[in-house]
Amino acid sequence: MDIALVYLLLIGFGILVYVLLDGFSLGVGIISPLLNNPEDKGIAMKSLAHLWDSNQTWLVFGGVVLFVAFPVVYAHVLSNLYIPIILMLIALIFRGVAFEFRFKADSSRKWWDISFAIGCTLATFCQGLILGALVGDMSSPKTMDDPVQWLTPFSIHTGIALVVGYALLGACWLIRKTENGLQQRVKELAKVLLVAMLFFMAMVSVEMLLEQPKIAERWLDWPTSLWLAPMPILTVYFAYKLWSLLNDNKEPGLKPLAYVMGLFSTAFAGLVAGIFPYIIPGRLTIWEAIAPDKSVYFTLVGILIFIPIIIAYNVYNYKTFSGKTSIKDGY
Amino acid sequence: MFEFLTSLPDSSFLSRIQFAFTVSYHIMFPTITIGLSLYIAFMEGMWLKTQKAVYLQQVKFWMKPFAVTFGMGVVSGVVLSYEFGTNFSEFSEIVGPVLAPLLAYEVLTAFFLEAGFLGIMLFGWNRVSPRVHFIATCTVAIGTVFSSFWILAANSWMHTPAGYEIVDGVFHPTSWIEVIFNPSFPYRLSHMLLATCLSASLLIAGIHAYYLLKKKHIEFAKVGFSTAMTAVLILAPIQIIVGDFHGLNVAEHQPVKLAAMEGIWKTEKGADLRLFAIPDQENETNHYEITIPKAASLIITHDLNGEIAGLDQVSAKDRPPVSVVFFSFRIMLGLGGLMLLLGIAGLIARKKNRLYDFRPLLKFSVLMIPAGVIATLAGWYVVEVGRQPWLVQGLVRTTEVVSPLPAQQVAFTLALFVTVYSILFFTYLYFMRKLVLKGPADIHSLAEVEQDLPATLNPAQVDVGYTQEMSDYIDTHNQTTHLAGKGEK
Repeated sequence: MDIALVYLLLIGFGILVYVLLDGFSLGVGIISPLLNNPEDKGIAMKSLAHLWDSNQTWLVFGGVVLFVAFPVVYAHVLSNLYIPIILMLIALIFRGVAFEFRFKADSSRKWWDISFAIGCTLATFCQGLILGALVGDMSSPKTMDDPVQWLTPFSIHTGIALVVGYALLGACWLIRKTENGLQQRVKELAKVLLVAMLFFMAMVSVEMLLEQPKIAERWLDWPTSLWLAPMPILTVYFAYKLWSLLNDNKEPGLKPLAYVMGLFSTAFAGLVAGIFPYIIPGRLTIWEAIAPDKSVYFTLVGILIFIPIIIAYNVYNYKTFSGKTSIKDGY
Repeated sequence: MFEFLTSLPDSSFLSRIQFAFTVSYHIMFPTITIGLSLYIAFMEGMWLKTQKAVYLQQVKFWMKPFAVTFGMGVVSGVVLSYEFGTNFSEFSEIVGPVLAPLLAYEVLTAFFLEAGFLGIMLFGWNRVSPRVHFIATCTVAIGTVFSSFWILAANSWMHTPAGYEIVDGVFHPTSWIEVIFNPSFPYRLSHMLLATCLSASLLIAGIHAYYLLKKKHIEFAKVGFSTAMTAVLILAPIQIIVGDFHGLNVAEHQPVKLAAMEGIWKTEKGADLRLFAIPDQENETNHYEITIPKAASLIITHDLNGEIAGLDQVSAKDRPPVSVVFFSFRIMLGLGGLMLLLGIAGLIARKKNRLYDFRPLLKFSVLMIPAGVIATLAGWYVVEVGRQPWLVQGLVRTTEVVSPLPAQQVAFTLALFVTVYSILFFTYLYFMRKLVLKGPADIHSLAEVEQDLPATLNPAQVDVGYTQEMSDYIDTHNQTTHLAGKGEK
């Protein structure tokens, strides 16, 4: 198989895993100001204390695999999206240190709650901006030397859409990890967020189809649209299943989270299908950007050996801390 | 109002300052955590072997400063993995094929490993058996060492590039063995690992010395102080020897850097060792020299009249800023000497049975708490500033591979980093102080809690699934253990 394609799939895999896992970690932070009391906020944070670092590592993985396989892209995208990238990194700092300091603090506890909420929200918004900037850039033919416009109405919409989407992931994670009053509260939140997320997904999709002829062509032309048809159908199915679970009084366990992850995955697949085979949308294809063989094959060996091991011990980590989170958990 | 923006330094200078600032800030934390994770693993092993609660007390106490420091390292480290691309885009493009795979292996073999087992190490006490917990602690420690392996391989390659060819201006790897095990790598790796162990030992010794001085937690403090002082006694002389070998390696591969370290402007035979001087870059000379005749030649060439190439071997534009290199080198050496002195003083006090109550020694040890970190930073300034103006020695000039960013943007992010990092640093020190003042958990409560711990609470063994049972079990269990373990949190 074509090595550039293998790496595109690997990077896609890395980004998707990051979005699904850190998505719910960041999402908990986004909705944390909406929780009622400090104890609930404490439980929400504790449910993540053991895994936020692992989840965030997928971001580093995605970045570094991009650096290995498509160094030109890594350099171009990061330097062109300088401000949103740096803001995202600084926001992630506030998110990370909140975990370390909140539970050792007495009087400053509420400041760490704020640091957590703002850090998560800003980091997510920046990720949405970056996504919107890259996709929204496809409309007109451009060369590598043209600057990427990262602050456009479209990128702001994708930013907001991602904040809402992560918030829904976070709420569904908390449904799994909490009980009684707190669980009821996040269930109610999840309903509102689901409606909001569907609204923003529709809005961003329509904008893409209107403004990006290349994407529209692929989505609307027969027979390619037949191949892509399962994606919107799956989206509706997942949304319907999630809605009925949220309106049911039974303990839903992990199911709501699984359905939102399904929603995210189909949206992600739809996005990739629209952009392929570009790696910088509209400017550079994967075959133009691939690094020398010696670099990509050497790294591929490591990825194939270690990723299964990494997944195995991450699953073990999740199992070790499965069950509802208690305020007393800690060290 | 924004007139000052037009008089900004150029963006390449700002990018370099920003990278120097963020990387210096980051390296302080791994310098502590690599050594500290090994110490915690050692103490936990001792506890499992002897079942003596004093060792568990050490583990539980040091776990908290470790967690906070590790967290600081993680958040400041993620920034770096993106900063190559944001601020040094040209560099990433041309050197990426050689360096990026090394960073990828660091993520695959170290970052995931640390992150995956850190949760169990910090929060898993009630959820896994002591043996599994020990494995988690060791895994975190191994992860930190793997991480240094890969990042130092990448860094060393920039000093002594090997195993590559240049095709159309892009570096292509030809042999991974040569890239990874490049000429300066073994020296740099051992020097840095020893530095982290020394830095952690000095921190550990100093905190325990503080308790001994205050006559608090005495039995606890004796265990830690004795162990850490033994480590300093062994590690300090080894570090000096390894450092000397590293210096000889620099002399061979980076003679200009060596000349800057020694403050030698003109190539000379029987060069003096400059103990102190004020280097003058413009006039290519030193002021106020204090020297030992011929000693530099003796140390580096092992010959009193050996020749040492001076800074004049290259033209002025190819020289590093000499005074930064010169003074950083002396700060590192001076602190290294003090570490050796501390180790020896500890040995003498121990022989006279005064290790735990000889106050001048204890005070000295408290003062030496930051010495390891400062010496490590100084050492990094020697090697990194000493390599300038090159980013890859002799091949890639730093100023030529910086991202073409507007100066205002870089100035803005630099100001943001300085503000955020400064606030966080003081917060970090505040919480470290708080943890130290709080002291270790009471040893008797520790022992009771441990007796209460069912090893089978690991859900992998007790399959209670996704039901209420599990949390009820842990809840009721925690309530009983929590009462017994008051003060543990």
